Amino acid sequence: MKPILEVRNISKQFRINQEIQPYLSLRDSITNIFKPKSRKEIFWALDDVSFDVMPGDSLGIIGKNGAGKSTLLKILSKITPPTKGHIIGNGRVASLLEVGTGFHPELTGRENIFMNGSILGMKRTEIIKNFKDIVEFSGVEKFIDTPLKHYSSGMQLRLAFAVAAFLENEILIIDEVLAVGDAEFQKKCMGKMKDINSQGHRTVLFVSHNISAVQSFCNKALYLKEGKVEAFGNVKEITGLYIQSQKSGELANDLSHLFKNKRAKIQSISFIGESTGELDAFSFYRSQIIRLKFVMNILERGKYNLSVHFKTILNQMICNLFTPVYELNEGIHEFSMEIPSNFLNDETYKMDLFVVDNASIPIEVINDIITFEVIDDSERVWFGKFEGVIRPDCITFQKLDE
Amino acid sequence: MSIRFKIEPQRKISLNLAELWKNRELFYYFTWRDLKVKYKQTVLGLLWTILQPLIMTLLFTLFLGDIISVNSKIGIPYPVFALSGMLLWNIFSSGVNNAANSMVSNANIIKKIYFPRLIIPFSAILVSLVDFLFALIIFIFLLFIYRVSISPLIILYIPLAAIIVCITTSGFGMLLAAMNVKYRDVRYIIPFFVQGLMFISPVIYPISITNNSFAQTILKLNPLSGAFELFRGGFTGYEVNFMNVLISFGGSVLLFILGVLYFKKTENFFADLA
Repeated sequence: MKPILEVRNISKQFRINQEIQPYLSLRDSITNIFKPKSRKEIFWALDDVSFDVMPGDSLGIIGKNGAGKSTLLKILSKITPPTKGHIIGNGRVASLLEVGTGFHPELTGRENIFMNGSILGMKRTEIIKNFKDIVEFSGVEKFIDTPLKHYSSGMQLRLAFAVAAFLENEILIIDEVLAVGDAEFQKKCMGKMKDINSQGHRTVLFVSHNISAVQSFCNKALYLKEGKVEAFGNVKEITGLYIQSQKSGELANDLSHLFKNKRAKIQSISFIGESTGELDAFSFYRSQIIRLKFVMNILERGKYNLSVHFKTILNQMICNLFTPVYELNEGIHEFSMEIPSNFLNDETYKMDLFVVDNASIPIEVINDIITFEVIDDSERVWFGKFEGVIRPDCITFQKLDE
Repeated sequence: MSIRFKIEPQRKISLNLAELWKNRELFYYFTWRDLKVKYKQTVLGLLWTILQPLIMTLLFTLFLGDIISVNSKIGIPYPVFALSGMLLWNIFSSGVNNAANSMVSNANIIKKIYFPRLIIPFSAILVSLVDFLFALIIFIFLLFIYRVSISPLIILYIPLAAIIVCITTSGFGMLLAAMNVKYRDVRYIIPFFVQGLMFISPVIYPISITNNSFAQTILKLNPLSGAFELFRGGFTGYEVNFMNVLISFGGSVLLFILGVLYFKKTENFFADLA
């Protein structure tokens, strides 16, 4: 059988200064002429990536933040060109790097279906043909002529998914879109996509942080690491490899340069326990107790405490936690924090850290000081994601009449 | 049914008209969206397209009408002259403005999905063209009110004039849209640039208003001048200098080519920069 996608030696180069500045100004451009070229740091977001996708495959693309997953999808969807290499495809590609691309709040649901559908590459006649089904699938019939800005975010998402579900393209590229939205509806969407897939029509490329979703939805997986292909093959094998690769190390070492104040700095945050990972994206199993160690360097004697804003990756606040106030002498001090097992959901979490003077004035605030991911390792009946920012097992159910 | 495609690093500039044609419905949808959104939650809605040039014409007539009519032979009532200018001018000014900002304001779409990028600035200009067509209705009214006699050629002149303006607008629009992605200075230059250009275009006064030959040359070389001349050529008593029209047309085509080339050369990296 001929592959539907042949990816050969794809590389993508970025200049670091482009990454930092959202855009250039003419002045910068002019002053840059007089500066030596070497100032620009080159960074390979993708480095010699090759693989084949067979018709009907569902390929899960996994890897840490910054491994090049999104860049690969952008190249596959023709949004950005590769620096080197080529891709040969045999079919129409639809990419869902975002749900509801082109949705406009002022337009009605009906109008947005046409706008979004057409941006996704559907013909007007195709949209008209499927219109009734799309509306029915989305479950927003009543509000179809209401401007989108009056929709709840859940309704907008349903509408967006519904349009996407009726795409008839042979190749579908999905980026992390399943991380949001309500579980019931996601299940319905995944079901529909899988249906098409099992008929052998559609090839799906799927990026997700949700390893369990990848495991249940995909038959193959591509593991990217620092822009290179680390492993490619059967989904069970590759995801196993990925989870195991989270070796020991410090969560965030040498943080002191982040702190500008001259009184109290956090030197490092690390994980205490058997399995730890590398800097940046950390992975834990849900069944694991997460113990964090904060190493604090006190430069000026005083009364201090730490405060943590515990958030999801989408900036949803979970809780604000703080330590008691301690009288601390100059030197190194250590604190620990413990998150019980089976308490968090399978989700990516992050923390903002506040160093507070005597429980009143924050001396320093570092946003997103650490990020980590929780992977669901329980036996599950379905592959969808549980809703909510936490999933505490300490809340239990019991049948009383026995 | 399978469609073969190849993705590779960009080597040469290609217009890829076939792809544009395949996506022709998107021109319609983007224009339609912008028109819809523009007048949502306004009481007067589409009336604004008529009111804006009308009010401007009224003001110009009040303050400049007498001076211009006396000093230069325009041959037609000043309000008709001014409104004809305003209508064409609005295609250009709003078209350039919309097109120049179009890539940036649609950045979220550009970063998430692929389609021929040229559709975006063009749709922005189409919006201005639709506004022009609506405003044309009031212009026809004005012709009746002032009993201006017109030659039958006006049916040819008005569309031709509008086409020249559209080509010029597209040229500038594409150039500025592409530059705006990279250099956000552009958005500060545009209002100033458009305003400046209005002074060197025969919008509210004819070329003959000045005796300074240098100023006249600038007025004539402006690719918009010929369009204004042509538009007014349909009124009996207004003489068209066809040489000017030809210069304009040549200039506008040149601008258009420049715009397309620059746009196509840079479009691949819009998603990285926007």
